[in-house]
Amino acid sequence: MSAVLEVTGIKKNFGGISAVDGVSFDVREGEILGLIGPNGCGKSTLFNCILGQLTPSGGEVKLDGKLVTGLRPAELNKLGVSRTFQLLQVFPKLSVRENLILAGQEHQGSMASRLVGRSDAGLTEAANQMIGFFKLDHLADEPAGGLSYGQQKLLDAAMAFMGGPRLVLLDEPAGGVNPSMLSDLKDRLVAINREKNATFVVIEHNMEFVMSLCSRVMVMAEGKVLAMGRPDEVRKNPAVIEAYLGH
Amino acid sequence: MSGFAKPLKIALGLIVIAGLIIVPMNFNRYGLFILSQWAVMSIAAMGLNLTLGYAGQVSLAQGAFVGIGAYAAAIMTTQGWPLPAAIVVAIVLSFAVGWVLGYPALRVQHHYLAFVTLAFSTLAFLVFRNESWLTGGIYGISNIPRPHIFGIATNKPLPFYYVCLGSLAIVSLAVWWLIRSPWGRAFMALRENPLRAQSLGVDTRRYTLMAFAIGSALGGIAGALYAPLTQYIDPVPFNLSLSLDLLMMVIVGGAGFYFGPFLGAMIAVLLPEWLRFTEGYYLMLYAVAVMLLLIWSPTGILGILDRYLAERRTKAASALRAVAKSRLETVQ
Repeated sequence: MSAVLEVTGIKKNFGGISAVDGVSFDVREGEILGLIGPNGCGKSTLFNCILGQLTPSGGEVKLDGKLVTGLRPAELNKLGVSRTFQLLQVFPKLSVRENLILAGQEHQGSMASRLVGRSDAGLTEAANQMIGFFKLDHLADEPAGGLSYGQQKLLDAAMAFMGGPRLVLLDEPAGGVNPSMLSDLKDRLVAINREKNATFVVIEHNMEFVMSLCSRVMVMAEGKVLAMGRPDEVRKNPAVIEAYLGH
Repeated sequence: MSGFAKPLKIALGLIVIAGLIIVPMNFNRYGLFILSQWAVMSIAAMGLNLTLGYAGQVSLAQGAFVGIGAYAAAIMTTQGWPLPAAIVVAIVLSFAVGWVLGYPALRVQHHYLAFVTLAFSTLAFLVFRNESWLTGGIYGISNIPRPHIFGIATNKPLPFYYVCLGSLAIVSLAVWWLIRSPWGRAFMALRENPLRAQSLGVDTRRYTLMAFAIGSALGGIAGALYAPLTQYIDPVPFNLSLSLDLLMMVIVGGAGFYFGPFLGAMIAVLLPEWLRFTEGYYLMLYAVAVMLLLIWSPTGILGILDRYLAERRTKAASALRAVAKSRLETVQ
């Protein structure tokens, strides 16, 4: 399998602190890669460096073999890289449907055509499908800010899929989501992974979720890669047990 | 506004439009002047509402763009150019200057952005006052002609009021189209969560600049109508206090609501006139009225309506839930 994403020697320093310290890994086409590690080990900073939200202090990121380091988040998104956030990041005053249309509209036509064209950019149908897929039907016209935390998490994930991304980086999608909704979310992610052939990288602390969802797991500690492998291998790795999982 | 039935909304709109056309026919010169001023200020406030209310970019420079439009129109029409040509120049000029003023917004936000735009406002005023070779300096420009539209002279107050009202109608339709388009959605995304917007492919830089440029262009249109309305301009009306007035219109009407600027401009232009019967007290009463309104509803007049409609929706929804629940219990 070819690599969708190749990360080589990414570093990020904040003042004297090295948050990410030379991380290298590949993400293979169609896989779900888990990213775990203690709080503050640099997982989210790594995401932000890959996605252009932060400028890395060193190293490079390649998408399909092409160098994309230093591209802005919007440009990367247009190349098919999408993300969700650890903390809720929806547009609270827009309705659920409007949130989803917004999430897809910049992938439709040119800026000029979006001014003179249809007000929904032809996305109402796609948005409704996504709403149905995430079981948010009864909330479609509600302002997103009025949804429960778990529902907003689902919406946040749904938004990341609207542009038809090839690679999605999910930052703690399970945080604050109740067990039944969580199993729904997992089913949705697996379905999109298989049907749309989307590749995922998932940061998560919920071990059950990570171990059952991911084909490989990468463990970070203190800004470095501690281990990488199949979930069952990683779970038995003494260094991982010491640094993160506990005895 | 979504709480009203559509036919009711259309009927209400038609009544207001008919009223604006018919009622002023027997107004005196002064009444028509005030109403024309309301139409012009509504256009300028609509521009600021786009920049501030929809796209979330604070600007204390809208008055300067009204000035730029007014001087462009005054200079050109006194040189014999037709007003429509002057309006086009006013739009292009204020769009371009607004675009440039958008660049600081890519680096600074909120109060800091307010100060950047405030400095620009002062700069524009100084240009109007000091560059007398172009602007006539403190003596201003007088004898600004009113246009002939389709061969009809608009020298008299009523025809010119219809020019202002017609311009307001065109601008209103254009803004309505803009905010319903994907651009409008992107502007709101800019206001609500620029970080998330970026990660969804929204080019926040370009939309920020566009929000400034388009909002400023509407200020320019308002200015290009203001000059033939007053037929004499000098730098004073375009100082910082006009920018503050326009900001107040947007806030009082309800920032981010489509009809906010119309109401805000009505309050700012008409309320002081209605309060004139109190003689020496009218400006004080006006100030107190604005303070009370904003204490009552910080989101402006339309914020009150919005809250009322939201409450009614919530009540209706919980009534439905209660019915569904009691049915469920009977089944059990």
